[in-house]
Amino acid sequence: MKDAMEQVASRDAGSAAEFDIRQYVRLDQMPHFLCPGCGHGIALRALLWAIHDLGLDKDKLAVVSGIGCSGRLSAYVDANSFHTTHGRPLAFATGLALARPDLHVIVITGDGDSLAIGGNHLIHACRRNLNMTCMMLNNEVYGMTGGQVSPTTSAGRLTTTTPAGNSEPVFDACALAAGAGATFVGREVTMQIVALRNLLRDAITHDGFSFVEVMSDCTEIFGRKNDLGSSPEMILSQKSAMRPFAYRNTVDEPFRPNTMPTGVLARHERAEYGAAYREMCARRQDKGAK
Amino acid sequence: MTQRRNLQGNEACALGAIRAGCRFFAGYPITPSSEVAEAMARELPRVGGTFIQMEDEIASMGAVVGASMGGVKAMTATSGPGFSLKQENLGYACGAEVPCVIVNVMRGGPSTGMPTRPSQGDIMQTRWGTHGDHSIIVLAPASVAEAYSETIRAVNLSETLRVPVVVLLDEVVGHLVETVDLDAIPAGAEVWRKFATGPREGFEPYAVTDDLVPPMPRPGDGYRSHTTGLTHGPSGFPTQVPDQARAAIQRLSDKLDLHREAIESYRTRAIEDAEVLIVAIGITARAAQAAVTDLRAQGVRAGLFRPVTLWPFPEQALRDTVENSGARAVIVPEMNQGQMVLEVERLLAGRAEVHRLNRIDGEVIAPAQIARKAIEVLA
Ligand SMILES: Cc1ncc(C[n+]2csc(CCOP(=O)(O)OP(=O)(O)O)c2C)c(N)n1
Repeated sequence: MKDAMEQVASRDAGSAAEFDIRQYVRLDQMPHFLCPGCGHGIALRALLWAIHDLGLDKDKLAVVSGIGCSGRLSAYVDANSFHTTHGRPLAFATGLALARPDLHVIVITGDGDSLAIGGNHLIHACRRNLNMTCMMLNNEVYGMTGGQVSPTTSAGRLTTTTPAGNSEPVFDACALAAGAGATFVGREVTMQIVALRNLLRDAITHDGFSFVEVMSDCTEIFGRKNDLGSSPEMILSQKSAMRPFAYRNTVDEPFRPNTMPTGVLARHERAEYGAAYREMCARRQDKGAK
Repeated sequence: MTQRRNLQGNEACALGAIRAGCRFFAGYPITPSSEVAEAMARELPRVGGTFIQMEDEIASMGAVVGASMGGVKAMTATSGPGFSLKQENLGYACGAEVPCVIVNVMRGGPSTGMPTRPSQGDIMQTRWGTHGDHSIIVLAPASVAEAYSETIRAVNLSETLRVPVVVLLDEVVGHLVETVDLDAIPAGAEVWRKFATGPREGFEPYAVTDDLVPPMPRPGDGYRSHTTGLTHGPSGFPTQVPDQARAAIQRLSDKLDLHREAIESYRTRAIEDAEVLIVAIGITARAAQAAVTDLRAQGVRAGLFRPVTLWPFPEQALRDTVENSGARAVIVPEMNQGQMVLEVERLLAGRAEVHRLNRIDGEVIAPAQIARKAIEVLA
């Protein structure tokens, strides 16, 4: 394991001068529990890289996650980490961020966690615009519970609860977030780790709620069941199913088309919820409200 | 400076919480508890606190736990249907030992039930609402003044013991308006959880201390610890090692057992020579008190035992009361089909005959009803 870490560190030395992931993960929690080939680890790496680039104080960093393979990631981050309940990390994070505006709050969630059981919290978090970043890992499946269908499972795919193939349409998480009023929305694939890091950097520095969908891959369960090949093959085919948003102007397809846009898909300014609340309360006190 | 004013039970909960240092409230409107949220929305900004109306009760409970994990005292309020929705995140607070207060103003059930009518149908749900073995504290005020003082006590107990505390009102106590002088109610000094201090290196967020209440790390203080609803050992990280798992779950109940004396509270009336003892909480206890007065006037030796701490139930105190008074009959009036009576029967098995008096029609139990029952069981 130590050798592997060493290798990773030396690979980084070439690409990103001073980022050493060992400074951001809890080495005593290694080896991690993700399956070989799982994209979640790449996403976590990109997140930690962004955190490093931004020079965030780990003591002031709060990572809040839900339940799922994605939810397990918080335990690996050397920060204040909160592994909450299924679908609810955004609710916990809302309380935390409001109570402690001095913290950098980052939520890690899965497609089932945030689009199925936690869908209500996601749309209201987008609407409120409280300062936090939500990174959703979309692996098209419920990984943790053994491969059941999720709101993002592609049409026709086999899962343990769609033995004849999935007949439900998929959610476009980014379109949902943008529609619910999120002031920063972006998507990236794990293959483009540098682009993903850049996107996460922009998301974290955004004033308000930022939503980033990371196309992850579940090789062991979903890939195997659908003959999608090895992890590199899955990651490659994911990449070819995407095209950078910069090449087009609108997110106008309601359900997932053959290609999906990546990059920053929506960005605009709106009052940050916590600041707006505190300002309104202060104004009311000034008026001597009874 | 005295401040006699007309105050409602629900509002008293809000003011008590603020008095005890609560600075965060997340809630979702529901009859008959909405006034707690409304009072918090009005009052919290005046003391630099934060109010938020969330998208539902699940989110409210999550936000409250999140705020408390951030080091801020936090409360929510709800009623039946909302209390059901809060249960999973309430269990998280039990397991991760996050201090918080939940006001539950009982209305008729099951389901949407009778939203504006009183009930005491959640007595067992407050104890066992969330899944799995867990311990919890439930306080049951019977007046507006007590709604204030017991909410203060709820905040304090949740802080010192790192446990969720439910303030259980019935609709009548919640909406009751009484004249109270809040300044005359002793609030005591502000109480805080023990925050972690000392070396960051090797810090264990769930270390076993003498008082069984581990000091809580506050984000920003440099401990960078992990909090999870998975069964966890002293390190805070998940464990399935049988010995560690057992110890972790056992400590949660041992913790409350160890501090039982500080948690338990009850009131009695005319118990010394009581031949019939009435055991009741909330507005039903007020009716029972009136019944005791009426019965005594008629020469019937009746007494009242009122648990203020409903859970953990004041077991020894009830047994002693029955033993010392020599009461041969006990009546448990409650606005449900018989919930608290199960605990009383368990505790008094073989010591006194226990009688039920129930009402589930959305009406309160009247003093005359209790008095009649007392005469009947003594006959
Ligand atoms: C209330 C509740 N319902 C169901 C579960 C079981 N459960 C655990 S993880 C999970 C799905 C996770 O899927 P996703 O969010 O897509 O994350 P992934 O594991 O794929 O990363 C489910 C249904 C649970 N823990 N809690």
